[in-house]
This record gives sequence, C-alpha cells and structure tokens, in this order.
Amino acid sequence: MKVRPASAQGHGRFWVGLLPWAWMLLFFVLPFALIVSVSLSTPELAVPPYVSPFAGTAVDGASAFRPDPASYARLGGEVAALGTPGADRPYLAAYANSLLLAALTTLCCLVLGYPFAYQLARAPEAMRNTLLMLVMLPFWTSFLLRVYAWMGLLDSSETGLINQVLLGLGLVTEPLPLLYNTGAVLVGMIYSYLPFMVLPLYANLVKLDLHLLEAARDLGARPTTVFLCITLPLSWRGIVAGSLLVFIPAVGEFVIPDLLGGGSVMTIGRSIWDDFGPNQDWPMAAAVAVVMVVMLIAPIVLLHRHGGRAGSDE
Amino acid sequence: MNDRGAGGARGGVGGESVHLRIERLGKRFGDTWAVRDVALDIGEREVFALLGSSGCGKSTLLRMIAGLETPSSGRMLLDGEDLAAVPAHRRPTNMMFQSYALFPHMTVAGNVAFGLRQIRPRMRREAIAARVAEMLELVQMRAYAQRWPQELSGGQQQRVALARSLAREPRLLLLDEPLAALDKRIRQQTQFELVGLIRRVGVTCILVTHDQEEAMTMADRIGILSEGGLVQVGTPGEIYEHPNCRFSASFIGETNLFHGRIEGDRLVGSEFPQPIAFVAGAGAAPPQGGEAWLSLRPECVRVHQRAAGDACVPERPGENAAPAEVAEIAYLGNRSIYHLRLPGGRSMIASVPAAHWGEAAPPARGEPVRVSWPAPDGVLLLR
Repeated sequence: MKVRPASAQGHGRFWVGLLPWAWMLLFFVLPFALIVSVSLSTPELAVPPYVSPFAGTAVDGASAFRPDPASYARLGGEVAALGTPGADRPYLAAYANSLLLAALTTLCCLVLGYPFAYQLARAPEAMRNTLLMLVMLPFWTSFLLRVYAWMGLLDSSETGLINQVLLGLGLVTEPLPLLYNTGAVLVGMIYSYLPFMVLPLYANLVKLDLHLLEAARDLGARPTTVFLCITLPLSWRGIVAGSLLVFIPAVGEFVIPDLLGGGSVMTIGRSIWDDFGPNQDWPMAAAVAVVMVVMLIAPIVLLHRHGGRAGSDE
Repeated sequence: MNDRGAGGARGGVGGESVHLRIERLGKRFGDTWAVRDVALDIGEREVFALLGSSGCGKSTLLRMIAGLETPSSGRMLLDGEDLAAVPAHRRPTNMMFQSYALFPHMTVAGNVAFGLRQIRPRMRREAIAARVAEMLELVQMRAYAQRWPQELSGGQQQRVALARSLAREPRLLLLDEPLAALDKRIRQQTQFELVGLIRRVGVTCILVTHDQEEAMTMADRIGILSEGGLVQVGTPGEIYEHPNCRFSASFIGETNLFHGRIEGDRLVGSEFPQPIAFVAGAGAAPPQGGEAWLSLRPECVRVHQRAAGDACVPERPGENAAPAEVAEIAYLGNRSIYHLRLPGGRSMIASVPAAHWGEAAPPARGEPVRVSWPAPDGVLLLR
C-alpha cells in the first residue's frame, strides 16, 4: 500500500475545507449582496424594473455608488408612524404576522415534538430506526401535495372531509369555516415543520445518560422535578436547534399561508411576492427581505449565547 | 480444614440488630431470573459487599434496594418497614453510581445540594449551604465547590458523588462498583479512604463489586452471588478459610481444586497421583461414593527439593505428598508463586514464602520437587 505524504493529505483537507466556504460565498454572500444592492436602487418601469445604485458609473464615471434609501425610508416611516392611531402600516403588519405565526408554530412544534422525540429516544433500540422512518415518511410525498391534502381536509363547504364527518355525526348543523383563516395556516405550518423539531430533539435526547435521571430520582426528585431539573436543561441544545430549524423557515413561509390562508393572512413572504410580482417594486421587496434576514440573525445570536452557557455539559 | 459452611447462604447478623432484611427476593427479565430467591440480613452500620462476576445479578439486587427496579417476588424490610410501597424518590437510601452520574449542568456544590433541595418541608437556603459545605469538607473537596464535574479527575468525581449520596443522611448507602472507574494505582488507597469515611459517618453500606480484593478490604461481610443466587455469606476470613462450594473457593482468593469421588476418608479418581486424605467437617458425613472437590490454598502447599527419581510417599499419616516438577516461578519478593506440574500433567500452584528456603537455593524452573500438605489443610466441597 502506498503511503500518502502528509502534504498531499493536507492538500485534500484544504480543498474539502474550502467547499463549504465556496458554497456559502456562491449561494449566500453573493446573492445577498445582490439583494442589498437591489434594495438600494430606484424603481423604474423597465426590465429589470430598477436602476442600480452603480448605474451612475457608466454615465459620468465620477461617483461610483449612488444608493437610493427610499425603500428603507418607507419601512422607517411605518415604524415612525407607530404612535399615530389608524395609520396604514402594511409592511409592519406583515412582519408582525409572520413573526407571530412563526413563533406560534415553533412553540406548538416544541410542545408536540418534545414528547414525540422523547418517546422515540426511549423506544427499544431495534425499533428506533423504524420509528424515525415514520417521522420522515411525509417527506417522501411532495410538500405541495400535502398542503393541498390539508385543503381537502379543512374545506369549509360540505365537501370538506372534516366537515363531512362532523355533519355526519350530527355534531354541527352547518359546515364550519375551517379553511382560509389563521387557524388553518397554523395547522398546516405545525404539520409541515414538526419533523424539523423532532429530529434534532431526538438526536439530543437519545444521547442523554439515563443514569442521571436515576440519580436524580434516587436523590429524592419527583418525576416532574427530574424532567424540569435534569432532562429539560440537558436537552437545551436540542431545543435551540429544533426551534431555529422551525422558526427561521417559518418566518419566510409563503406557500402555506397563501394556500391555507387564502390571502386572508398577510405575511412577509406574501408582501415580498406582491412587490416582486404585481407591484413591480423590486427595491422595496429586496429591502423587506434584507430587513427580514437581519431580524432573523438577531434571535440566532441570542440563542447561541444562551446555548453556550447551558452547553457546558459537553 | 472442614466444610461446615460458615454462614450458609442466608446471612445471619451477628450481634447487631437487623437493619435491612431481604426475603426471597427475585427479579425476572423476560424468561430469565436475574436475581433469584435471595435472603439476606444486614446489620446496623455494617459494610456489606455483594461480590460476583458481571451478569451475576448483583447490580440488579442493588437497584431493587434503591427502588430503581421492581422485584418480581419477595420483599425487603428496612427497619421493619416494607419497601415495596415506597417509590425510589422517597426511599431513605442513596446510591453512588458506577459512572458517578454527576449532573453536568450543575457545579460540584449544585450536585451536592440537589438532594437537599428535594427535602420537604423545604430546608432553608443557609441550611442547605451549610450542609453542602460540611459534606464537601468531609470528602476534602471544599475548594472545588464552584467547579464543574467535567473539570475534575476521576478520583475527585468519585468523592463528589460520595458527598452527594451522603448529603441526605441516608439510612442505607448503596455503592455500585464504587472504584471500578478509577485507575488501579489510586484504587487501593481509595479503598481505605472510602471505607474509613463510611465508618466515620456510621452509615450502613451495601457495595457491589466484581473485585474480590476490594470486597475483602472494605467489607465486614461478603455475599457471593452466582447466576442470580446468593452462594455464600460470611466475613472475608470465613469465606476464605471455609468456602462452602467450588464457586466461593475459587472466587475468593486462588485455590487448587481436585475433582474426585469419596471413598472412606480419601478422595479418589482425581488428577492427583494418590488418593487424597481429607478431614470431613463437623456436619453430616460426606456421602460415600459421591462426587466431591478438594480445595487447597496455594499457601498450604509445601514444596521441598528432591532428588530425581525419589519416590514421594507420605512421611506421616494424614499427609498428602507427590512428586512434581517446577513449570514456572513468579518471583514476588517476599514470596514466590510456583506453578508445578504433577506426574499426570495436571498443574498446581503453591505460594512459598522467601524465608522457607533458608540458606538453601530455591528450586529453579524444570527442577524436581516434592509437594505435600497435611490433610486438614484441604477443604472438602460437595458442590
């Protein structure tokens, strides 16, 4: 067998180590820079429908960068108008809706997902992989298909599956308005994002040393105390990971609110869609997107700082 | 010397009052009994070792006492109170786990305080702090109160775990392989420290170990477990000198075992070249023609030089003797372990003190020797 020289191995490691950075640069940093530059441009009825802040260069060659902060000014104006009652604040309302929806989704996924993951982690070892497969099984069908299935289930007319059952059992006399409201959106979001909460929680809980729970019990802790003082704090990292994995995509979620909310729920995803599409206001859409990314980075940093404290367990 | 089987398989408590009584305790996992029909009395302030190889059920027995496993049969009485109805978190027992199971998200002080915080009615904050300080002082870990468990060495973790399990003043302290996680080097010293501390606190203690030396060093009495059942209970000396079965004899210390049939006061048909003379114990006479084993401790075997071809006959009645050849010698300073080969090919071990040879040169590897022992030194075992 040929022994690879250390330098060759070092080279391999270098290139493999470069890959994630190259990926991030290509698919996050560059596109994000593009979005930032669009957000600082002036809207115009053209193709593309904006004038880049760098466009000045070609004309006079003197000043290279002429940003147009009008879009951010509009967002700032809405913030400034917070004190004024009755003022129209469509973007702020969309942000608030999205954050609230994402927060509710995360909370519900956590409350539902924790016992889920706990049971998975405590299941006999031979059964665990099968159970994990079942958690991931929904991924095997198209996401859109599953959302449409929920539309069929929740349909507000007599044809809706749930309404059929309720009417058939005589529990209601008229079909309930189940679809096209915030409740329907929330149900769809929780359903879709639950596996993203369960998997990191499971990965964390399965590593939990059961002797620690026995030791706590032996030291006089009642079952609830054992859970609150040992299991919960030691699974903090799993909770953080699962929550971020649900919260972040949930904030920008567009399809579920659109299909199950039927436009009744204004979200940030919806307003970006409107500005990029029908309104042809790309700079505004880009500015809204930039502000959203910045807003999302804040909770990540916050949670990580928290995680570092409780994470001294490893 | 004899096989009166001191202690028998039920541990009677000598002198002191019965603290923990275990009656016909059993635990079944599926089709197999991990613990079967264990009866045991443990006295106040006694240090008792459950000794056995891995999988013998010793840990399961300890966990049943702690309330971490539910017995399938039998019962346990602590000071007369049946423990069956008492859940683990209300038992006046505390356990030190083999892995120590220190809470990684709590400091050393936090770990020790955890059990105190569960006491109802609640202890006052200052009272808890005082007790934590007292416990850490006891195990000489006070300077480490604000450290995290993972910053400590194995020995320090062990002491914190001990302080944590003593903090609640348990009526019964349970130690699961207390020193197995430590280096062999510090284990011996820790044995004395640990048992000294337990005696100072005055707590009744049951410890589980697979290490016979640890059991003999630390415990007042030892219970030997094999395949879930208690084989023999007694003080280390009783078990060493009067093992009641082959398992005890070979588990506590080393021994030479000869398997044969009883004929009169001789064991015949063994791999020893001659019928072996033995002295039966005070109990019932051994069944004639029955299967039996003779256990002979290495230090009871006498080794003498002999000229090649010298016939080895007993010099006096009641002595067993045979020619042998030195196969290996392990020199241990104050004594040497001789591995001897008998004429039939069977090997035998003898522990010979250095002083035994006097001025003469001890026999070297390959040299012929004569082995002998007086009949009362062998212990006849019927199972």
